Amino acid sequence: MTNNPLLSVENLHVSIEDKPILKGLSLTVNAGEVHALMGPNGSGKSTLSFCLMGHPRYTITQGEILFKGKSILELEPYERAAAGIFLAFQYPTAIPGVSVANFLRAAMRGVRGADVPVKEFRLTVKTQLKALGVPDAFMNRYVNDGFSGGEKKRLEILQMAVLGPALAVLDETDSGLDIDALKTVAEGINSQRSPERGILLITHYQRLLNYITPDFVHVMVDGRIVRSGTAELAHELEAKGYEGFRTQSSAPVHTVS
Amino acid sequence: MSNVIKPRVDINEDYEKLYGFHMPDNYVFKAKPGLDEKIVREISWMKSEPAWMLENRLRAYQHFLRKPMPNWANTALLNSIQFDNIYYYLKSTEKKGDTWDEVPADIKETFERLGIPEAERKFLAGVSAQYESESVYHSMHEGLQKQGVIFLDMDTALKEQPEIIKRYFGTIIPAADNKFSALNTAVWSGGSFIYVPKGVKVEMPLQAYFRINAKNMGQFERTLIIADEGAEVTYIEGCTAPVYSSDSLHSAVVELIAMPHARIRYVTIQNWSKNVYNLVTKRAVAYEGATVEWLDGNLGSKLTMKYPGVYLMGRGARGEVLSVAFAGNDQHQDAGAKMVHAAPDTSSVITSKSISKGTGRTSYRGLVKVYPGATNSKSTVRCDALLLNKESRSDTYPTMEIDEKRVSIGHEATVSKIGDEQLFYAMSRGLKEQEAMNMIVNGFIEPFVKQLPLEYAVELNRLVQLEMEGSVG
Repeated sequence: MTNNPLLSVENLHVSIEDKPILKGLSLTVNAGEVHALMGPNGSGKSTLSFCLMGHPRYTITQGEILFKGKSILELEPYERAAAGIFLAFQYPTAIPGVSVANFLRAAMRGVRGADVPVKEFRLTVKTQLKALGVPDAFMNRYVNDGFSGGEKKRLEILQMAVLGPALAVLDETDSGLDIDALKTVAEGINSQRSPERGILLITHYQRLLNYITPDFVHVMVDGRIVRSGTAELAHELEAKGYEGFRTQSSAPVHTVS
Repeated sequence: MSNVIKPRVDINEDYEKLYGFHMPDNYVFKAKPGLDEKIVREISWMKSEPAWMLENRLRAYQHFLRKPMPNWANTALLNSIQFDNIYYYLKSTEKKGDTWDEVPADIKETFERLGIPEAERKFLAGVSAQYESESVYHSMHEGLQKQGVIFLDMDTALKEQPEIIKRYFGTIIPAADNKFSALNTAVWSGGSFIYVPKGVKVEMPLQAYFRINAKNMGQFERTLIIADEGAEVTYIEGCTAPVYSSDSLHSAVVELIAMPHARIRYVTIQNWSKNVYNLVTKRAVAYEGATVEWLDGNLGSKLTMKYPGVYLMGRGARGEVLSVAFAGNDQHQDAGAKMVHAAPDTSSVITSKSISKGTGRTSYRGLVKVYPGATNSKSTVRCDALLLNKESRSDTYPTMEIDEKRVSIGHEATVSKIGDEQLFYAMSRGLKEQEAMNMIVNGFIEPFVKQLPLEYAVELNRLVQLEMEGSVG
């Protein structure tokens, strides 16, 4: 099999305003795999997620991001979305006055490049709302406007489910959630696991991994992945803390997958 | 790391096609440009007015000469108005039509292109269409006539309802109020007069459409609406003009009187071309338990100065101004509201939403005044400004004069730039930059749009989309 990996990040170096954040990060995600990327605050996890989605503030100084074998570095965020990349934001932005329904509809149209029939739209959304335990009235609220932390994260998962991306990057989707919300969101993510889809879970804590078992775990420190392993690694991490990995950060380690 | 794609759209192109066209000049009477006493007399003579109205005009003309130009808002633009180049009176047809077939072909075509007869068939209770200085078409549902509702152009009203006009004309906005109310009172022509009898509720809106066609035109319509006790009416005005390189002047005076427990809702969707000075005085009085709402959508024009006001004169009266202003390149929208609490238990709400694009400039200018004895009055002011580009500008000038202690007054102002984070969020969901921006702007004005009758909400969204073209980059 010579199939291209879904996502292949190669020796990525990224700066914000000349300050280097990512310093040679490499990572490969294949379709059907769930990867967890763990690391302390400031290690560059969110930077990676924004770079995958094409945030204009970040400058890529070196390296390559291949999605389905093609470089996406020159693609606009909307083109990446249409290609099949989705980012669930750590801090989703409010868009007052724009209903969730209108936003989702526009997003589906954008990703597909064609209008979505009303009937199909309603059906898709209804099914997913039910799965996430969200009332229908949610659709009439304004995007993230006055949402609780849990509602924001649910909306991110709802968007992922409706848009059906090939690669879903979930940035700290567990942060700010109480245990019940965490369970619902985790179930939402689990239901999106499929042989066609790659998932990259970015998380600070191990607790989300109690509900979602990843195929691979990577530890990120100071802009690089310093250890990669299986789900076991997360438990080791919980026991040792990130301190134990810091000393290894001088020697970059490539992924095992 | 990525190249932003910038769509190249000429902003004026679509306006020109849809609204900015003009028809050949066919006039039965055209006064020479510039203003003097002779022109004022001529206008009155053309209309065969009663003597009191001529005297009223002549006094107002003297006020106009004496009154200084406002020394605020935008003095550079105000002082560049060439009063001598303006045509103050232009009559395009002898006969006013009661059906569209009676309207001269050019003029009929103009209003058809603007969609007025279609709107009339679908959802309006009455329509008045003004072309240059005079009303050219007028109609009202028969049912309303039977209920005693009067809806006339102001010139006809002066002939048919002289007592009521003489009694109320200029009582809410005296000629000497400001330079432009003086000018309007001197040379007014056209506009609407509405009287809704006690307890009559007009369910469907009455609409007036004001069209400027000629170059260097001055349009000075005069509107007076009286809702008698417990009556209700919604009035909608729209306006457009052709795109010319020289300036036109639109200076209306609108007076509203809401008798006890009456309700007037006055909706403006103004969409002037970018060569029009729009300097308008609008004011209402609301008596006991009455409600007056101004919904004011200001698009287009070179400079707009407009501050709809409500004088809350009776216990429990309520006033609201909800406005949206959009200023594109080289435009200045100086808009706001005036709420005067002169009775107990009165309440007012001002919501101002403004969008500045390119070098566009918006200002909120408002006054809330509470007189002694207006106890338990409540006022809420909220101004939100959205800046689309780096060079866009917005200012707020809120004034509060509160001379009564037992009141509740709130003021809140926000200025935000269309956030990179908002744009990125929407773009990460598959929206192109322009689409994302349009969506954010539409969301911003949603509180205004959702108050409009559906057809106008659709229209306003479409107009904003037109204005938004080319806003990226």
